[in-house]
Amino acid sequence: MSNVLVQERDIVIPGEILAEGMDYLPGENTYRKESAIYSKVLGLVSIPGRVIKITPLAGPYIPRVGDKIIGKVSDITLNGWRVDTGTAYSAFLNVKDATTRFIKKDEDLSEIIAIGDYVVVILVNVTSQNLIDLTMKEPGLHKISGGRIIHINSQKVPRVIGKQGSMISLIKEKTGCDITIGQNGHVWIKGTTNGEYLAERAIKLIQEKSHQDGLTERMQKFLEDKRV
Amino acid sequence: MIVNKETIVQLASVQKRLDNRTLTEYRTPIVIETGISWTAEGSARVRIGDNIVIAGVKLSIEKPYNDTPDEGGIMVNAELLPLSNPEFETGPPGIKAVELARVVDRGIREAKAIDMKKLCIIPGEKAWFISIDIMTINDAGNLFDTAGLAALTALKSAHFPVVDESTGAIDYHQKTKVSLPLVKEPLPVTVYKINGSLLVDPTLEEERAYDARLTVTTDDSKTVSALQKGGTAPLTIDEVGRIVDLASEKAKFLREVLNKALR
Repeated sequence: MSNVLVQERDIVIPGEILAEGMDYLPGENTYRKESAIYSKVLGLVSIPGRVIKITPLAGPYIPRVGDKIIGKVSDITLNGWRVDTGTAYSAFLNVKDATTRFIKKDEDLSEIIAIGDYVVVILVNVTSQNLIDLTMKEPGLHKISGGRIIHINSQKVPRVIGKQGSMISLIKEKTGCDITIGQNGHVWIKGTTNGEYLAERAIKLIQEKSHQDGLTERMQKFLEDKRV
Repeated sequence: MIVNKETIVQLASVQKRLDNRTLTEYRTPIVIETGISWTAEGSARVRIGDNIVIAGVKLSIEKPYNDTPDEGGIMVNAELLPLSNPEFETGPPGIKAVELARVVDRGIREAKAIDMKKLCIIPGEKAWFISIDIMTINDAGNLFDTAGLAALTALKSAHFPVVDESTGAIDYHQKTKVSLPLVKEPLPVTVYKINGSLLVDPTLEEERAYDARLTVTTDDSKTVSALQKGGTAPLTIDEVGRIVDLASEKAKFLREVLNKALR
């Protein structure tokens, strides 16, 4: 005899019992102990069919191959740059992955990318030790100049982008800003001062209200009202 | 934060800021609460935007200093809690904590805000000593002004504890109706210079981008009691004049907010 103790979109905390009995299966961020299913994280419940999953509300960014992120250069070594990705793990951008230009042996790397610069990069390799290799050679990847960088919870990145990018294109259209979102929660906004400010507020609002219904309509209204 | 720094510097030259405030605008809300600690004789929690600072006033009876036998004294101590900013560490106070405490201390001391003679009980033997403790709960930039406001609020809300006439022991559990002999209300306002523009109430990012800063403590009659200069860039005489005018105007604004909150 099984029974589910939570409903769709309930907020649960780690250790909370989600279901008893063997009829349901533990999905993402849950675990089974004896005959009950428990939550591993603070998050929202979703029950598609017989699987119980949890979408986390907060938590660190876990690096995954193929993610586009925005990192901050923290050190220059002999053959590249060390990049702070906002995770607990170290990332490295090799010279050969940073530019197509030929770089001479004694060239000063800080003239290409200096310490403190932000770069848009893609993760090409994550080792079992969670050491990260980056590349800046694909289209759309570059060193950032101008505009502003804001930080959001990396778990909210999918909500800021929206379904097929609907949310982010709405913000881009209404504020006239260029927006690049890194999967690690760093967002680069560039446009007019007012546009940048409005986009920043909009993204912060999404972060706060992301677990509520009707977010797109709400954002549409917000951006219409505040339009300068 | 190089990108935001560049943008802040560029915007400052056209009198704009990242968060769309004007240069002379404080963040909102400014929330002032008193009596947050029952162990302290006076206490306050002040919030300016996301900045939160608490201050407490403790009173004790000590022997006056030899050179001022008929006066009490004040001590200010500030602690930057690691909780409030990732850059702050535990351990002995660093240069920022010492500077914060000294700026607040000098403002109150040099304004002669407290009538020290009235703190004396028996000349040469007993006097009240005031100890002000400042703790940062959240640092979102501009700790000087927030801490100064918190310290003054705590002083204003403080009441003497009951003293046993025969033994001279202080009963900290009971408070009298007598408040501190506060004769002036000094408030520090820090004006930052970024790319030639003068602005108040900087955010953390703006604090990383400034060229020079000047903390000006003024009292109710706009008398300047203390100054503290920081940063590497110089200030011209004309700029110092403008900074003092701006600081006394903003101190008046903060004082009005404070008195409205305490009423």
